[in-house]
This record gives sequence, structure tokens and C-alpha cells, in this order.
Amino acid sequence: MAMNTVMCLLTDAEGTPLGSAMYIPHNAGHLQLINLVNTFLNNEEKLSYSFYVSDEELLVSVGTYMERNSVSVENVLKIVYRQQAVFRIRPVYRCSQTISDVHEGEILCVSFSPDGKQLASGSGDKTVRLWDLNTETPMFTCKGHKEHVLAVAWSPDAKCLVSGDRDGKVCCWDPSKGELLGNALSGHKKWICGIAWEPAHLSYPSRRFVTCGKDGDARIWDFTLKRTLIVLSGHTRAVTCVKWGGDGTIYTGSQDSTIRMWEITQQGQGILKHILRDHAGWVNSLSLSTEYVLRTGAFDHTRQVTCSDEEMKKIALERYIKAKGKVDSPERLVSGSDDFTIILWEPSVSLQPKQKMVTTARVTGHQQLVNHVYFSPNGQWIASASFDKSVKLWDGVTGKFITAFRGHANCVYQISWSPDSRMLLSCSKDSTLKVWDIGTKKLKHDLPGHKDEVWAVDWSPDGEKVASGGLDKDLKLWKG
Amino acid sequence: MIAKKNYAEKAQMKKTLKMHEESSSRRKADEDVQEGAVPAYLLDRENTTRAKVLSNTIKQKRKEKAGKWEVPLPKVRPVAEDEMFRVIRSGKRKTKQWKRMVTKATFVGPGFTRKPPKYERFIRPSGLRFTKAHVTHPELRCTFCLEIIGIKKNPNGPMYTSLGVMTRGTIIEVNVSELGLVTPAGKVVWGKYAQVTNNPENDGCINAVLLV
Repeated sequence: MAMNTVMCLLTDAEGTPLGSAMYIPHNAGHLQLINLVNTFLNNEEKLSYSFYVSDEELLVSVGTYMERNSVSVENVLKIVYRQQAVFRIRPVYRCSQTISDVHEGEILCVSFSPDGKQLASGSGDKTVRLWDLNTETPMFTCKGHKEHVLAVAWSPDAKCLVSGDRDGKVCCWDPSKGELLGNALSGHKKWICGIAWEPAHLSYPSRRFVTCGKDGDARIWDFTLKRTLIVLSGHTRAVTCVKWGGDGTIYTGSQDSTIRMWEITQQGQGILKHILRDHAGWVNSLSLSTEYVLRTGAFDHTRQVTCSDEEMKKIALERYIKAKGKVDSPERLVSGSDDFTIILWEPSVSLQPKQKMVTTARVTGHQQLVNHVYFSPNGQWIASASFDKSVKLWDGVTGKFITAFRGHANCVYQISWSPDSRMLLSCSKDSTLKVWDIGTKKLKHDLPGHKDEVWAVDWSPDGEKVASGGLDKDLKLWKG
Repeated sequence: MIAKKNYAEKAQMKKTLKMHEESSSRRKADEDVQEGAVPAYLLDRENTTRAKVLSNTIKQKRKEKAGKWEVPLPKVRPVAEDEMFRVIRSGKRKTKQWKRMVTKATFVGPGFTRKPPKYERFIRPSGLRFTKAHVTHPELRCTFCLEIIGIKKNPNGPMYTSLGVMTRGTIIEVNVSELGLVTPAGKVVWGKYAQVTNNPENDGCINAVLLV
């Protein structure tokens, strides 16, 4: 019996081919291709992959695909394989708890700890509250700020919590007791826009974090010494976001439409490395391709028991390298701006933008300012939330537009990815949260229930819970 | 006396319009520190405060349920049947008087075909048929010439509604795709209600005000 075969070439997301072009039988489906890739890569455990032909997912057998799209059998079919997460997160669809009347002010930021055990929320009533996730009740109320708490950040070892307020003060908390450590640290002259910690694989236990503020400075603080170490000044207007990269570079995006890259020298000086100029409006949000791994440090979905400091540092380093892709592939940075564009950079390679996700066609780009950009945990996709009521999905390596998720009735404020990169969560001014499925590129669940705008959303790193809060002062916990 | 009535009507209409305005009012936000906590990404942006649009939608839903609508002209002079219709005599000896001709402006719709003339009871003369109305937007204060889609309700009775007679106070549905309005869900609005404000049979045109 003659078997119809198709000539195919398997390549990975960056274009490197896996073996040479080979004949694959007509009826080879998903499973057979997975087996093939696993054998070629000599994987010990069978990993799951998804396959794409010319950017569309290959869901049927190879032969059916060729027939449907009338691809000539003479050409070599290029199939791109992407690794999917080994674990699967359950989609969130119900509100397990609405906690009202606890926060007396609007909830401005929520953040899960990297090990997924604790939740911190900062609000307009000048407090930071820590929540017990098992009983879904408030655990500690941290008082210490004299103004609205605008930003809250956990250290990658989950032992320290830092919050910044509208006055420019920074407070350090002990999350196990909910106590203020020391006094409110002053330094910034105006409100604080963002906080980022030094990655776990560079320093364990975590000590240094950087904050950025409206006054145009970024300050590096030491948690244990409770003081500013270095001031990174240079931006002419407010610094809206700051990220600490895995190679030690600090990226700051500002309203003066530039992104600056800083480095800390051996002597402990902060020097400016490069300036990335290409935006025409405020830079609203930055995201690194390894961001999720840097945030969660040594913790992953397996919820390990704590080991010694050196081991944790090693695990964090391993995770970081794996997230970067190949050993020499650079960290990618994506920035979203008020000029409706998103730019993908490879800062260590070149100062010119790698790919501008721009509105030249006006169809694929955003029609309003981009508020939040976020790399997926596996670095394969970029999601962007914009005030034009849509969330757009882009390829994380090339920056090509994949699809737009429409459904929100008003500006989309923030996004959060599920840890397995299969689902995307967005919160909006129209008081709903929406869960989008990346595989089917459709809306998975609509989560209404908030009475007013939702300003902050976070998916816990273990994938169990989602927390959201906003103008209506209720903190809602959602479960799968 | 008519002037007094007109003045009273005008005052009432102004009050209703102002009430409509207040319910969707937007006020510029001041540099308030105590109230109005906003997240960092919204801080530098000029945000307008909304005056509780949420309760307004609930009130509107209740009114819809009750079937009561707030219109610019709540009360209109009732039109008597002998004013609305003229008796047409028919038959060989002109003794049959069962036919009536409408003396007011009507709307018949694009696919209208008359019944066989022998059996037609109500005659709507083509001279009194209108397809377009001059609709004024109460807030923008500009007038558009929009196509009529249909007659929603004639206050003088359901018979006139079904005939398509337009007198003062009739609620008509007009095609507003020209205005480019969009619902909060993102869908384009193409039909809206308007109320006729003049006597079209006297003026030869239909003036209406849009119900927002």
C-alpha cells in the first residue's frame, strides 16, 4: 500500500531546523509529531508541543492541512514547534469570595507572593493588607503609609514585601507578621510608579530593589540596611515603569518617551548604559521575556519545599536560563506607549528596535494608547492591553501580530497570564474581567461581578487563584 | 391663552431636557488627594468623574418596565376622528360613505402597496406621505434630515399608530446611522426614537426632537 508522504521541515520558534527535511506520512497528526520532536531532541520525559504552519496552529493531520490549503506537495512544508507547559492550569470561572468593607479605599494594586501562599493588596485607604488564601480572609493590616499605596512588590524569595505610596515613601514589611520594618523610607520627592526586585539568581536572599517615581529618578534601595544605595537620575519626566533584568541591567521607561538601561558597576555605582529612543509618546509599560521567571525566582508550579539558600539560587538560575531559550539568545524587552505602538527590543544585541508593532496598517496596531504589555511566562507571546477596548496577542520572538481579543466594552487596564501560558486574563474599566484562551484565540470566561472599574488583577504563580480589585473597594478572589 | 400654554409647554420641555442632562453629567476632577484614589497608571491622566451613571441605568430599566417614557411633549391636544378623516362618498349614486381619507401626514414604509381600491377603507393620499423628518438633537442643538423607519406610537390611539399617521406628539423611529453613535457594548446604533414637535399637515415637513 503506497503511503502518501509529505516533505516537512521542523523548525523551532527562532528558525533553527531540527534535523533536515524529512518525509512524514500523510496521516501524521499531533501525537505523531510530538513523538517525532521528542525523539529528535532526545527528551527524557515526553514534553508537549504545539505546531504552527505559517503562524496558524496545526490542529489536523498534515495531509488534511495540505489538502485544505492546497499546498503543493513539491514544496517543503515548514512546521514550527513550540513547547507547551507541562502542567495545565484550570481556567478561572467563578468568584469564590468577595471581600467587601475591609479596604476602606479603592484597591490600587494586588500582588501574589512568588510562592503563591500570600496575597498583598495596596489601597487608597493608605494600608497594605495581607490575606490568608486558605480561608480567604484578611490576615494582617499593615499601617505605615500616610498616602494612597500605589505599588506593592514581593521579593523573589517571598520573604520581603515592599510598598510605595503617593507621597514617595517606601515601606518595608515582614509578610509573616505584617509588621513594618523600620520607618517609612523617604527619598523620592513625588509618587512612586513602580517597584522591581533584583533577580533571585543574582542575589539570594533578596536584598536590593529599585523604585521609580514621578520625580524622574529611579532609586536602588537595600532592604536590610533600609536606605538608598544608588540614585539613577537622568530621565527628564516621570519614570513610569522599572524592570530589573536577569543579566543585571535595569530598564526604566519614562514619560519623556525614552527607555534607559542602567548597570551597577563593581564599585557600586549606577551608570547609564544606553538610551533607547524610538517612542513618540509616554512609555507606559515595560516587559521582559524572562519577567515571570524573575518574579517567581526559585518557585515554580511544583511548589517545592524550601531548601538552602545556595540551592534556591541555583534553581533560580536554571529556571532563568531555561526561560531565556538557548544559552546565547538575548533577553527581549517590549515597551508599550502612549503613541499607540509597542516596540520589541533586543537591548543587548542592538539599540535599534527589533520589531515595531506599529499602526502602519492601522488594522493590526492599537487605536488607542497601550496601557500594559506583558510577556507570557514562557516568553513565546506578548499580550498588550489598550484603551481601545482590545487586548492584542503578538509573537514573542518576532513581534508579529497574531490576534486581537475583543469583548471589553471600555478601556482595558491590566493583564495577567496564567503560569502555563495557555490563558490570559484582562481587567477593564467596564468592571469585568475576561479570561482568553490562547489555543483557540477566543474568550474562555467572562467574570463580571465588580460594581465598578477594575484596576488591578493578578494570577497566583501556582495557578490556583486570581485576585482582582478596583474602584468599588471590593477584593474578589476567583477560583477554577 | 395659547401663548400661555406654549410658554408652559416650553418651560416643561426645558425642565425635562435639563433633567436628562444632569443624569449623565461629567465634571472635571480636581486635584483631590483624600478621595479619588487612582492607580499609578491613571494618575497623570485627566480623568472626569462620573456622577453615578449606575443608578441612572437602574432607574431607566424600571421606567421601561412600567412602560412610561419621559418625552419632551408629554401632553398633546387630542385629535378628533372627524378632524383626522374626511368622509369619501362612493358608489354609483354616491350614497355609500364607508371610505375615509386621512387628512394628516402619514408614513407608509418602502414596501407599501395599496389594497385593491374597491376594498380600501382608509385612503392615505400620496401627497401627504413623508419619508424623512428633520430631527433635532436636544444636546448638540443641530438638526439632521433623517429617514423615518416607522411609527412607534401615536398618542391619539392605536388605530392611528397602525395607519402610520403622524401628528404632533407621535413617537417615530428614525435612522441615525449618520450620527455615528455606538452602544457601550461596541455595537453601532442605527435606529432611535424621536417625537414630532410640529403639525406636519400645516407645514409640509416633519420636525422632531430626538429622544436620548
